[in-house]
Amino acid sequence: MSFLAVRNLWKEYGDHVVLERVGLSVEKGEFVAIVGASGCGKTTFLKLLLSEEQPTRGEISLQGTRLAPEPGSDRGVVFQRYSVFPHLTVLQNVMIGLEFDGAPVMGRLFGARRRACADASREMLATVGLSEATGLYPDELSGGMQQRLALAQALVQSPRILLLDEPFGALDPGIRLDMHELVTGLHESLGLTVFMVTHDISEGFKLGTRLLVFDKIRQDPHSPQSFGASITFDLPTAQERSSGEVHEIEAAVHGSETR
Amino acid sequence: MRLINRRLSRGGAILAGIVPFALALAVYGIASQARLSENPDDKLLPAFSSFAQAIDRMALEPSRRTGEYLFWKDTLASLRRLAKGVAGAAAIGLVFGVSLGVIPWVGSHLSPFVRALSMIPPMAILPVLFIVFGLGESAKVALIIIGSAPFLVREIEQRVRELPREQFIKAQTLGASSWQIITRVVLPQIVPRLVDAVRLTLGSAWLFLIAAEAIASTEGLGYRIFLVRRYLSMDVILPYVVWITVLAFALDALLRRVNGWVFPWYGRAT
Ligand SMILES: Nc1ncnc2c1ncn2[C@@H]1O[C@H](COP(=O)(O)OP(=O)(O)OP(=O)(O)O)[C@@H](O)[C@H]1O
Ligand SMILES: [Mg+2]
Repeated sequence: MSFLAVRNLWKEYGDHVVLERVGLSVEKGEFVAIVGASGCGKTTFLKLLLSEEQPTRGEISLQGTRLAPEPGSDRGVVFQRYSVFPHLTVLQNVMIGLEFDGAPVMGRLFGARRRACADASREMLATVGLSEATGLYPDELSGGMQQRLALAQALVQSPRILLLDEPFGALDPGIRLDMHELVTGLHESLGLTVFMVTHDISEGFKLGTRLLVFDKIRQDPHSPQSFGASITFDLPTAQERSSGEVHEIEAAVHGSETR
Repeated sequence: MRLINRRLSRGGAILAGIVPFALALAVYGIASQARLSENPDDKLLPAFSSFAQAIDRMALEPSRRTGEYLFWKDTLASLRRLAKGVAGAAAIGLVFGVSLGVIPWVGSHLSPFVRALSMIPPMAILPVLFIVFGLGESAKVALIIIGSAPFLVREIEQRVRELPREQFIKAQTLGASSWQIITRVVLPQIVPRLVDAVRLTLGSAWLFLIAAEAIASTEGLGYRIFLVRRYLSMDVILPYVVWITVLAFALDALLRRVNGWVFPWYGRAT
Protein backbone atom coordinates (compact mmCIF):
# COMPACT_ATOMS: atom_id res chain seq x y z
CA MET A 1 0.00 0.00 0.00
CA SER A 2 1.44 3.34 -0.98
CA PHE A 3 1.74 6.34 1.32
CA LEU A 4 -0.53 8.53 -0.81
CA ALA A 5 -2.80 7.04 -3.46
CA VAL A 6 -4.87 8.95 -6.03
CA ARG A 7 -7.37 6.79 -7.89
CA ASN A 8 -9.21 7.86 -11.07
CA LEU A 9 -9.59 11.47 -9.93
CA TRP A 10 -11.90 13.84 -11.84
CA LYS A 11 -12.64 17.48 -11.09
CA GLU A 12 -15.32 19.36 -12.96
CA TYR A 13 -16.70 22.85 -12.43
CA GLY A 14 -20.08 22.65 -14.15
CA ASP A 15 -19.37 21.72 -17.77
CA HIS A 16 -15.72 22.56 -17.39
CA VAL A 17 -13.64 19.41 -16.93
CA VAL A 18 -10.39 20.49 -15.28
CA LEU A 19 -8.85 17.15 -14.33
CA GLU A 20 -9.69 13.72 -15.63
CA ARG A 21 -8.50 10.21 -14.88
CA VAL A 22 -5.64 11.29 -12.62
CA GLY A 23 -3.98 8.32 -10.98
CA LEU A 24 -0.90 8.46 -8.81
CA SER A 25 0.90 6.60 -6.11
CA VAL A 26 3.52 8.34 -3.97
CA GLU A 27 5.83 6.89 -1.33
CA LYS A 28 6.82 8.55 1.91
CA GLY A 29 9.74 10.91 1.49
CA GLU A 30 9.24 11.59 -2.20
CA PHE A 31 9.51 15.16 -3.48
CA VAL A 32 6.96 15.45 -6.27
CA ALA A 33 7.40 18.43 -8.56
CA ILE A 34 4.38 19.31 -10.70
CA VAL A 35 4.62 21.32 -13.92
CA GLY A 36 2.09 22.09 -16.64
CA ALA A 37 0.67 24.88 -18.75
CA SER A 38 -1.02 27.79 -17.01
CA GLY A 39 -4.64 27.00 -16.23
CA CYS A 40 -4.24 23.24 -16.72
CA GLY A 41 -5.31 22.40 -13.18
CA LYS A 42 -2.17 22.19 -11.04
CA THR A 43 -3.59 24.38 -8.29
CA THR A 44 -6.85 22.46 -8.53
CA PHE A 45 -4.94 19.23 -7.93
CA LEU A 46 -3.29 20.70 -4.82
CA LYS A 47 -6.68 21.94 -3.61
CA LEU A 48 -7.97 18.39 -3.88
CA LEU A 49 -4.96 17.08 -1.94
CA LEU A 50 -5.69 19.76 0.65
CA SER A 51 -9.45 18.99 0.72
CA GLU A 52 -10.12 22.62 -0.04
CA GLU A 53 -12.10 21.24 -3.00
CA GLN A 54 -13.83 17.87 -3.27
CA PRO A 55 -13.22 15.54 -6.22
CA THR A 56 -16.12 15.08 -8.64
CA ARG A 57 -15.12 11.45 -9.03
CA GLY A 58 -12.38 9.25 -7.66
CA GLU A 59 -10.64 9.41 -4.30
CA ILE A 60 -7.42 10.25 -2.54
CA SER A 61 -6.16 8.28 0.41
CA LEU A 62 -3.31 9.00 2.78
CA GLN A 63 -1.78 5.94 4.48
CA GLY A 64 -4.78 3.89 3.47
CA THR A 65 -7.40 6.28 4.85
CA ARG A 66 -9.58 8.46 2.65
CA LEU A 67 -8.85 12.16 3.10
CA ALA A 68 -11.16 14.08 5.43
CA PRO A 69 -13.43 16.47 3.49
CA GLU A 70 -11.78 19.55 5.00
CA PRO A 71 -8.19 20.73 5.50
CA GLY A 72 -6.41 19.45 8.60
CA SER A 73 -3.07 19.49 10.36
CA ASP A 74 -1.94 16.29 8.56
CA ARG A 75 -1.36 18.37 5.40
CA GLY A 76 0.65 21.58 5.55
CA VAL A 77 0.64 24.23 2.84
CA VAL A 78 2.60 27.24 1.61
CA PHE A 79 0.91 29.43 -1.00
CA GLN A 80 2.57 31.88 -3.32
CA ARG A 81 1.18 34.74 -1.19
CA TYR A 82 -0.98 35.36 1.91
CA SER A 83 0.43 32.34 3.71
CA VAL A 84 1.25 34.12 6.96
CA PHE A 85 -0.95 36.13 9.30
CA PRO A 86 -0.25 39.86 8.92
CA HIS A 87 -1.44 40.72 12.45
CA LEU A 88 1.04 38.40 14.18
CA THR A 89 4.78 38.79 14.60
CA VAL A 90 7.15 36.23 13.13
CA LEU A 91 7.35 34.31 16.40
CA GLN A 92 3.59 34.45 16.98
CA ASN A 93 3.00 33.20 13.44
CA VAL A 94 4.87 30.01 14.27
CA MET A 95 3.50 29.68 17.80
CA ILE A 96 -0.10 29.93 16.68
CA GLY A 97 -0.16 26.38 15.32
CA LEU A 98 1.04 24.94 18.63
CA GLU A 99 -1.42 27.15 20.49
CA PHE A 100 -4.30 25.84 18.37
CA ASP A 101 -3.38 22.33 19.55
CA GLY A 102 -2.75 23.21 23.18
CA ALA A 103 -5.56 25.69 23.93
CA PRO A 104 -8.87 24.74 22.30
CA VAL A 105 -10.90 27.50 23.98
CA MET A 106 -8.51 30.38 24.60
CA GLY A 107 -6.37 29.76 21.53
CA ARG A 108 -3.45 31.02 23.63
CA LEU A 109 -1.00 29.37 25.98
CA PHE A 110 0.25 30.85 29.24
CA GLY A 111 3.11 30.39 31.68
CA ALA A 112 5.46 27.44 31.30
CA ARG A 113 3.55 25.93 28.38
CA ARG A 114 3.80 29.22 26.55
CA ARG A 115 7.54 29.35 27.12
CA ALA A 116 7.95 25.79 25.86
CA CYS A 117 5.89 26.66 22.80
CA ALA A 118 7.96 29.79 22.17
CA ASP A 119 11.19 27.81 22.49
CA ALA A 120 10.01 25.17 20.01
CA SER A 121 8.96 27.93 17.63
CA ARG A 122 12.31 29.74 17.95
CA GLU A 123 14.07 26.50 17.15
CA MET A 124 11.99 26.09 14.00
CA LEU A 125 12.67 29.72 13.05
CA ALA A 126 16.39 29.08 13.46
CA THR A 127 16.11 26.11 11.09
CA VAL A 128 14.72 28.36 8.35
CA GLY A 129 17.15 31.18 9.14
CA LEU A 130 14.81 33.69 10.75
CA SER A 131 16.31 33.88 14.25
CA GLU A 132 17.01 37.58 13.89
CA ALA A 133 13.48 38.51 12.85
CA THR A 134 11.27 36.99 15.55
CA GLY A 135 9.77 40.31 16.66
CA LEU A 136 8.95 41.72 13.23
CA TYR A 137 5.59 41.75 11.49
CA PRO A 138 5.32 40.02 8.10
CA ASP A 139 5.05 43.31 6.21
CA GLU A 140 8.50 44.17 7.54
CA LEU A 141 9.97 41.04 5.91
CA SER A 142 11.20 40.57 2.36
CA GLY A 143 9.30 38.17 0.10
CA GLY A 144 11.86 35.43 0.67
CA MET A 145 11.72 35.84 4.45
CA GLN A 146 7.92 35.67 4.34
CA GLN A 147 8.12 32.33 2.53
CA ARG A 148 10.68 31.07 5.06
CA LEU A 149 8.24 32.04 7.77
CA ALA A 150 5.39 30.27 5.98
CA LEU A 151 7.53 27.12 5.82
CA ALA A 152 8.39 27.31 9.52
CA GLN A 153 4.74 27.88 10.36
CA ALA A 154 3.68 24.80 8.40
CA LEU A 155 6.52 22.56 9.57
CA VAL A 156 6.09 23.19 13.28
CA GLN A 157 2.91 21.07 12.99
CA SER A 158 4.91 18.13 11.55
CA PRO A 159 2.47 17.56 8.68
CA ARG A 160 2.55 14.21 6.89
CA ILE A 161 2.66 15.91 3.52
CA LEU A 162 3.67 19.42 2.58
CA LEU A 163 1.96 21.17 -0.34
CA LEU A 164 3.67 24.10 -2.06
CA ASP A 165 1.90 26.10 -4.78
CA GLU A 166 4.51 28.07 -6.70
CA PRO A 167 6.09 29.07 -3.38
CA PHE A 168 9.00 30.89 -5.03
CA GLY A 169 7.12 32.27 -8.03
CA ALA A 170 7.24 35.83 -6.74
CA LEU A 171 10.88 35.82 -5.61
CA ASP A 172 14.04 37.20 -7.20
CA PRO A 173 16.34 34.59 -8.83
CA GLY A 174 19.07 34.90 -6.20
CA ILE A 175 16.65 34.48 -3.32
CA ARG A 176 15.09 31.55 -5.16
CA LEU A 177 18.43 29.74 -5.03
CA ASP A 178 18.65 30.28 -1.26
CA MET A 179 15.13 28.91 -0.90
CA HIS A 180 16.00 25.87 -3.04
CA GLU A 181 18.82 25.09 -0.66
CA LEU A 182 16.55 25.49 2.35
CA VAL A 183 13.79 23.30 0.94
CA THR A 184 16.18 20.58 -0.22
CA GLY A 185 17.76 20.56 3.22
CA LEU A 186 14.42 20.38 5.04
CA HIS A 187 13.20 17.62 2.75
CA GLU A 188 16.26 15.53 3.49
CA SER A 189 16.59 16.19 7.19
CA LEU A 190 12.90 15.84 8.07
CA GLY A 191 12.08 13.07 5.57
CA LEU A 192 9.16 15.16 4.31
CA THR A 193 6.79 14.11 1.55
CA VAL A 194 6.41 17.19 -0.64
CA PHE A 195 4.21 18.23 -3.54
CA MET A 196 5.40 21.37 -5.26
CA VAL A 197 3.78 23.14 -8.19
CA THR A 198 6.18 25.23 -10.25
CA HIS A 199 6.26 27.05 -13.56
CA ASP A 200 9.96 26.45 -13.87
CA ILE A 201 10.83 23.01 -15.30
CA SER A 202 14.47 23.23 -14.24
CA GLU A 203 13.34 24.03 -10.70
CA GLY A 204 11.18 20.92 -10.84
CA PHE A 205 14.08 18.76 -12.03
CA LYS A 206 16.43 20.26 -9.46
CA LEU A 207 14.27 19.97 -6.35
CA GLY A 208 12.01 17.04 -7.13
CA THR A 209 12.81 13.39 -6.84
CA ARG A 210 9.99 12.91 -9.28
CA LEU A 211 8.45 15.17 -11.91
CA LEU A 212 4.80 15.12 -12.97
CA VAL A 213 3.59 16.89 -16.11
CA PHE A 214 -0.10 17.79 -16.30
CA ASP A 215 -1.50 18.12 -19.80
CA LYS A 216 -4.58 17.27 -21.82
CA ILE A 217 -4.46 13.92 -23.58
CA ARG A 218 -7.58 14.57 -25.59
CA GLN A 219 -8.34 17.86 -27.31
CA ASP A 220 -11.54 19.23 -28.76
CA PRO A 221 -10.74 22.48 -30.57
CA HIS A 222 -14.43 23.47 -30.61
CA SER A 223 -15.05 23.07 -26.91
CA PRO A 224 -11.72 23.11 -25.06
CA GLN A 225 -13.47 22.76 -21.72
CA SER A 226 -14.90 19.33 -22.32
CA PHE A 227 -11.65 17.47 -21.68
CA GLY A 228 -9.46 17.81 -18.63
CA ALA A 229 -5.78 17.38 -17.94
CA SER A 230 -4.18 14.20 -16.69
CA ILE A 231 -0.61 13.24 -15.85
CA THR A 232 1.18 12.86 -19.18
CA PHE A 233 4.72 12.39 -17.85
CA ASP A 234 5.78 10.83 -14.57
CA LEU A 235 9.56 10.67 -14.35
CA PRO A 236 12.16 10.07 -11.69
CA THR A 237 14.47 13.10 -11.88
CA ALA A 238 17.68 11.32 -10.88
CA GLN A 239 18.48 9.76 -14.24
CA GLU A 240 19.68 11.58 -17.34
CA ARG A 241 17.00 12.85 -19.74
CA SER A 242 17.29 12.60 -23.48
CA SER A 243 16.99 16.03 -25.04
CA GLY A 244 13.92 14.83 -26.97
CA GLU A 245 12.09 14.04 -23.76
CA VAL A 246 12.98 17.39 -22.16
CA HIS A 247 11.82 19.07 -25.33
CA GLU A 248 8.47 17.29 -25.17
CA ILE A 249 7.95 18.38 -21.56
CA GLU A 250 8.83 21.94 -22.43
CA ALA A 251 6.32 21.84 -25.25
CA ALA A 252 3.63 20.62 -22.86
CA VAL A 253 4.38 23.35 -20.35
CA HIS A 254 5.19 26.33 -22.53
CA GLY A 255 4.08 25.50 -26.05
CA SER A 256 0.49 25.03 -25.06
CA GLU A 257 0.08 28.09 -22.88
CA THR A 258 -1.65 30.02 -25.62
CA ARG A 259 -4.13 27.39 -26.62
CA MET B 1 4.77 71.00 -15.40
CA ARG B 2 1.39 69.31 -15.51
CA LEU B 3 -1.19 70.42 -12.98
CA ILE B 4 -1.44 66.87 -11.61
CA ASN B 5 2.28 66.86 -10.79
CA ARG B 6 2.49 70.22 -9.06
CA ARG B 7 2.71 69.94 -5.30
CA LEU B 8 3.16 72.41 -2.47
CA SER B 9 5.91 72.16 0.12
CA ARG B 10 4.88 70.95 3.58
CA GLY B 11 4.60 74.43 5.03
CA GLY B 12 2.86 75.63 1.90
CA ALA B 13 0.32 72.84 2.15
CA ILE B 14 -0.54 73.80 5.74
CA LEU B 15 -0.95 77.45 4.75
CA ALA B 16 -3.03 76.45 1.73
CA GLY B 17 -5.29 74.45 4.04
CA ILE B 18 -5.82 77.44 6.31
CA VAL B 19 -6.82 79.80 3.49
CA PRO B 20 -10.45 78.61 3.08
CA PHE B 21 -11.04 78.85 6.84
CA ALA B 22 -9.67 82.40 6.93
CA LEU B 23 -11.71 83.35 3.88
CA ALA B 24 -14.92 81.98 5.37
CA LEU B 25 -14.32 83.90 8.61
CA ALA B 26 -13.54 87.10 6.68
CA VAL B 27 -16.65 86.81 4.51
CA TYR B 28 -18.75 86.23 7.61
CA GLY B 29 -17.18 89.21 9.38
CA ILE B 30 -17.83 91.55 6.49
CA ALA B 31 -21.42 90.37 5.94
CA SER B 32 -22.19 90.57 9.65
CA GLN B 33 -20.81 94.09 9.88
CA ALA B 34 -22.79 95.18 6.83
CA ARG B 35 -26.08 93.90 8.29
CA LEU B 36 -25.41 95.27 11.77
CA SER B 37 -24.53 98.74 10.49
CA GLU B 38 -27.93 98.82 8.80
CA ASN B 39 -29.83 97.40 11.78
CA PRO B 40 -28.01 97.02 15.14
CA ASP B 41 -30.75 94.63 16.35
CA ASP B 42 -30.23 92.22 13.48
CA LYS B 43 -30.10 88.63 14.81
CA LEU B 44 -29.17 86.70 11.71
CA LEU B 45 -25.40 87.31 11.59
CA PRO B 46 -24.22 88.31 15.07
CA ALA B 47 -20.86 90.03 15.55
CA PHE B 48 -17.92 88.02 16.87
CA SER B 49 -18.26 89.90 20.16
CA SER B 50 -21.80 88.53 20.58
CA PHE B 51 -20.43 85.01 20.14
CA ALA B 52 -17.88 85.67 22.84
CA GLN B 53 -20.61 86.87 25.17
CA ALA B 54 -22.81 83.88 24.41
CA ILE B 55 -19.96 81.43 24.98
CA ASP B 56 -19.10 83.21 28.19
CA ARG B 57 -22.73 82.99 29.33
CA MET B 58 -23.21 79.32 28.36
CA ALA B 59 -19.84 77.81 29.16
CA LEU B 60 -18.10 79.90 31.79
CA GLU B 61 -20.92 81.07 34.07
CA PRO B 62 -23.45 78.96 35.93
CA SER B 63 -26.99 79.26 34.63
CA ARG B 64 -29.01 81.74 36.63
CA ARG B 65 -31.97 79.40 36.83
CA THR B 66 -30.33 76.05 37.63
CA GLY B 67 -26.78 76.91 38.62
CA GLU B 68 -25.38 74.54 35.98
CA TYR B 69 -22.86 75.22 33.26
CA LEU B 70 -25.24 74.54 30.37
CA PHE B 71 -22.67 74.20 27.62
CA TRP B 72 -20.72 71.50 29.45
CA LYS B 73 -23.85 69.78 30.66
CA ASP B 74 -25.12 69.64 27.06
CA THR B 75 -21.77 68.38 25.78
CA LEU B 76 -21.57 65.65 28.38
CA ALA B 77 -25.14 64.49 27.80
CA SER B 78 -24.66 64.33 24.04
CA LEU B 79 -21.30 62.59 24.17
CA ARG B 80 -22.65 60.03 26.62
CA ARG B 81 -25.54 59.17 24.30
CA LEU B 82 -23.27 59.11 21.29
CA ALA B 83 -20.79 56.80 23.04
CA LYS B 84 -23.52 54.39 24.17
CA GLY B 85 -25.13 54.32 20.74
CA VAL B 86 -21.91 53.92 18.79
CA ALA B 87 -20.57 51.28 21.20
CA GLY B 88 -23.84 49.33 20.93
CA ALA B 89 -23.83 49.54 17.15
CA ALA B 90 -20.16 48.51 16.99
CA ALA B 91 -20.79 45.48 19.23
CA ILE B 92 -23.72 44.40 17.06
CA GLY B 93 -21.69 45.04 13.93
CA LEU B 94 -18.81 42.95 15.19
CA VAL B 95 -20.81 39.97 16.45
CA PHE B 96 -23.19 39.74 13.51
CA GLY B 97 -20.78 40.88 10.83
CA VAL B 98 -18.20 38.29 11.81
CA SER B 99 -20.77 35.50 12.15
CA LEU B 100 -22.31 36.35 8.78
CA GLY B 101 -18.95 36.57 7.09
CA VAL B 102 -17.34 33.46 8.58
CA ILE B 103 -20.15 30.93 9.02
CA PRO B 104 -21.80 30.19 5.65
CA TRP B 105 -25.16 29.03 6.96
CA VAL B 106 -25.56 32.06 9.24
CA GLY B 107 -24.81 34.23 6.22
CA SER B 108 -27.38 32.38 4.11
CA HIS B 109 -30.03 32.94 6.76
CA LEU B 110 -29.31 36.51 7.73
CA SER B 111 -27.56 38.35 4.88
CA PRO B 112 -30.75 39.13 2.90
CA PHE B 113 -32.53 40.12 6.10
CA VAL B 114 -29.78 42.52 7.15
CA ARG B 115 -29.71 43.96 3.65
CA ALA B 116 -33.45 44.64 3.88
CA LEU B 117 -33.12 46.13 7.40
CA SER B 118 -30.42 48.51 6.27
CA MET B 119 -32.83 49.98 3.72
CA ILE B 120 -35.25 51.21 6.40
CA PRO B 121 -34.78 54.96 6.89
CA PRO B 122 -34.06 55.16 10.64
CA MET B 123 -35.80 58.52 11.03
CA ALA B 124 -39.03 56.95 9.83
CA ILE B 125 -39.10 54.63 12.83
CA LEU B 126 -38.10 57.28 15.38
CA PRO B 127 -41.78 57.61 16.47
CA VAL B 128 -41.87 53.85 16.97
CA LEU B 129 -38.83 54.11 19.23
CA PHE B 130 -40.43 56.86 21.28
CA ILE B 131 -43.55 54.73 21.62
CA VAL B 132 -41.61 51.63 22.61
CA PHE B 133 -38.87 53.13 24.77
CA GLY B 134 -40.66 56.25 25.99
CA LEU B 135 -39.09 59.68 25.75
CA GLY B 136 -36.09 58.79 27.95
CA GLU B 137 -32.48 58.10 27.18
CA SER B 138 -32.97 54.65 25.68
CA ALA B 139 -34.97 55.87 22.68
CA LYS B 140 -32.17 58.24 21.67
CA VAL B 141 -29.48 55.61 22.10
CA ALA B 142 -31.66 53.11 20.24
CA LEU B 143 -32.02 55.48 17.29
CA ILE B 144 -28.23 55.75 16.96
CA ILE B 145 -27.88 51.98 17.22
CA ILE B 146 -30.63 51.27 14.71
CA GLY B 147 -29.26 53.92 12.39
CA SER B 148 -25.67 52.66 12.41
CA ALA B 149 -25.74 48.93 13.17
CA PRO B 150 -27.05 47.57 9.83
CA PHE B 151 -24.36 49.47 7.96
CA LEU B 152 -21.69 48.19 10.35
CA VAL B 153 -22.91 44.61 10.09
CA ARG B 154 -22.76 44.71 6.30
CA GLU B 155 -19.45 46.52 6.31
CA ILE B 156 -17.83 44.02 8.69
CA GLU B 157 -19.31 41.06 6.79
CA GLN B 158 -17.75 42.49 3.65
CA ARG B 159 -14.36 43.06 5.31
CA VAL B 160 -14.37 39.49 6.65
CA ARG B 161 -15.06 38.12 3.19
CA GLU B 162 -12.15 40.17 1.88
CA LEU B 163 -9.66 38.42 4.14
CA PRO B 164 -7.61 36.19 1.83
CA ARG B 165 -9.07 32.69 1.48
CA GLU B 166 -5.51 31.42 1.97
CA GLN B 167 -5.57 32.51 5.62
CA PHE B 168 -8.60 30.37 6.39
CA ILE B 169 -7.07 27.36 4.64
CA LYS B 170 -3.74 27.93 6.36
CA ALA B 171 -5.35 28.13 9.79
CA GLN B 172 -7.16 24.85 9.15
CA THR B 173 -3.92 23.16 8.14
CA LEU B 174 -2.53 24.34 11.48
CA GLY B 175 -5.35 22.50 13.20
CA ALA B 176 -7.57 25.45 14.11
CA SER B 177 -11.25 24.96 14.97
CA SER B 178 -13.92 27.39 13.72
CA TRP B 179 -13.88 29.09 17.10
CA GLN B 180 -10.09 29.45 17.07
CA ILE B 181 -10.19 30.82 13.54
CA ILE B 182 -12.72 33.44 14.61
CA THR B 183 -10.92 34.45 17.78
CA ARG B 184 -7.31 34.34 16.61
CA VAL B 185 -7.42 34.98 12.88
CA VAL B 186 -10.58 36.93 12.09
CA LEU B 187 -11.32 39.12 15.14
CA PRO B 188 -7.83 40.59 15.59
CA GLN B 189 -7.78 41.58 11.93
CA ILE B 190 -11.35 42.86 11.90
CA VAL B 191 -11.23 45.12 14.97
CA PRO B 192 -9.08 47.81 13.31
CA ARG B 193 -11.37 47.63 10.28
CA LEU B 194 -14.33 48.03 12.63
CA VAL B 195 -12.75 51.18 14.04
CA ASP B 196 -12.46 52.53 10.50
CA ALA B 197 -16.06 51.62 9.78
CA VAL B 198 -17.15 53.35 12.99
CA ARG B 199 -15.32 56.48 11.84
CA LEU B 200 -17.42 56.39 8.70
CA THR B 201 -20.67 56.07 10.66
CA LEU B 202 -19.88 58.85 13.15
CA GLY B 203 -21.36 61.44 10.80
CA SER B 204 -24.73 59.76 10.66
CA ALA B 205 -24.56 58.92 14.38
CA TRP B 206 -24.34 62.66 15.11
CA LEU B 207 -27.27 63.25 12.78
CA PHE B 208 -29.45 60.72 14.62
CA LEU B 209 -28.34 62.06 17.99
CA ILE B 210 -29.24 65.64 17.20
CA ALA B 211 -32.53 64.65 15.60
CA ALA B 212 -33.56 62.64 18.66
CA GLU B 213 -32.47 65.42 21.03
CA ALA B 214 -34.34 68.02 19.02
CA ILE B 215 -37.59 66.12 19.41
CA ALA B 216 -37.54 64.97 23.01
CA SER B 217 -34.92 65.99 25.51
CA THR B 218 -34.10 68.29 28.39
CA GLU B 219 -30.38 68.62 27.74
CA GLY B 220 -27.87 68.00 24.97
CA LEU B 221 -26.26 69.94 22.18
CA GLY B 222 -29.10 69.22 19.73
CA TYR B 223 -31.71 70.08 22.30
CA ARG B 224 -30.08 73.46 23.02
CA ILE B 225 -29.83 74.41 19.36
CA PHE B 226 -33.47 73.69 18.71
CA LEU B 227 -34.53 75.37 21.97
CA VAL B 228 -32.82 78.70 21.34
CA ARG B 229 -33.98 78.68 17.70
CA ARG B 230 -37.28 80.05 19.06
CA TYR B 231 -35.47 83.24 20.12
CA LEU B 232 -33.43 83.37 16.89
CA SER B 233 -30.30 83.10 19.06
CA MET B 234 -27.80 82.71 16.29
CA ASP B 235 -25.11 83.79 18.79
CA VAL B 236 -25.67 80.48 20.60
CA ILE B 237 -26.54 78.25 17.65
CA LEU B 238 -23.45 78.96 15.57
CA PRO B 239 -20.89 78.34 18.37
CA TYR B 240 -22.73 75.10 19.17
CA VAL B 241 -22.53 74.02 15.54
CA VAL B 242 -18.81 74.81 15.45
CA TRP B 243 -18.34 72.92 18.73
CA ILE B 244 -20.15 69.84 17.35
CA THR B 245 -17.93 69.99 14.29
CA VAL B 246 -14.82 70.21 16.44
CA LEU B 247 -15.97 67.27 18.57
CA ALA B 248 -16.72 65.14 15.50
CA PHE B 249 -13.35 66.01 14.00
CA ALA B 250 -11.52 65.23 17.24
CA LEU B 251 -13.29 61.89 17.68
CA ASP B 252 -12.40 60.88 14.16
CA ALA B 253 -8.76 61.86 14.63
CA LEU B 254 -8.62 60.07 17.99
CA LEU B 255 -9.95 56.81 16.55
CA ARG B 256 -7.51 56.99 13.67
CA ARG B 257 -4.57 57.51 16.02
CA VAL B 258 -5.64 54.75 18.38
CA ASN B 259 -5.88 52.35 15.44
CA GLY B 260 -2.33 53.17 14.47
CA TRP B 261 -0.98 52.68 18.00
CA VAL B 262 -2.83 49.52 18.91
CA PHE B 263 -2.52 47.78 15.52
CA PRO B 264 0.90 48.75 14.16
CA TRP B 265 0.64 46.16 11.37
CA TYR B 266 -2.64 47.59 10.12
CA GLY B 267 -2.70 49.78 7.04
CA ARG B 268 0.77 48.80 5.89
CA ALA B 269 0.93 46.86 2.65
CA THR B 270 1.70 43.17 3.06
N1 LIG C 1 -13.82 27.55 -8.43
C1 LIG C 1 -13.73 27.41 -9.77
N2 LIG C 1 -14.83 27.48 -10.55
C2 LIG C 1 -14.74 27.34 -11.88
N3 LIG C 1 -13.60 27.12 -12.55
C3 LIG C 1 -12.47 27.02 -11.83
C4 LIG C 1 -12.47 27.17 -10.42
N4 LIG C 1 -11.20 27.03 -9.97
C5 LIG C 1 -10.44 26.82 -11.07
N5 LIG C 1 -11.20 26.81 -12.18
C6 LIG C 1 -10.70 26.59 -13.54
O1 LIG C 1 -9.92 25.44 -13.55
C7 LIG C 1 -8.82 25.59 -14.43
C8 LIG C 1 -7.55 25.21 -13.74
O2 LIG C 1 -7.24 26.17 -12.78
P1 LIG C 1 -5.95 26.06 -11.85
O3 LIG C 1 -5.92 27.24 -10.96
O4 LIG C 1 -5.92 24.74 -11.21
O5 LIG C 1 -4.78 26.15 -12.92
P2 LIG C 1 -3.21 26.15 -12.68
O6 LIG C 1 -2.66 25.00 -13.44
O7 LIG C 1 -2.88 26.21 -11.25
O8 LIG C 1 -2.80 27.49 -13.42
P3 LIG C 1 -1.62 28.49 -13.05
O9 LIG C 1 -0.36 27.82 -13.55
O10 LIG C 1 -1.93 29.69 -13.83
O11 LIG C 1 -1.61 28.71 -11.58
C9 LIG C 1 -8.83 27.03 -14.92
O12 LIG C 1 -9.33 27.02 -16.24
C10 LIG C 1 -9.81 27.71 -14.00
O13 LIG C 1 -10.54 28.68 -14.72
MG1 LIG D 1 -2.01 27.71 -9.95
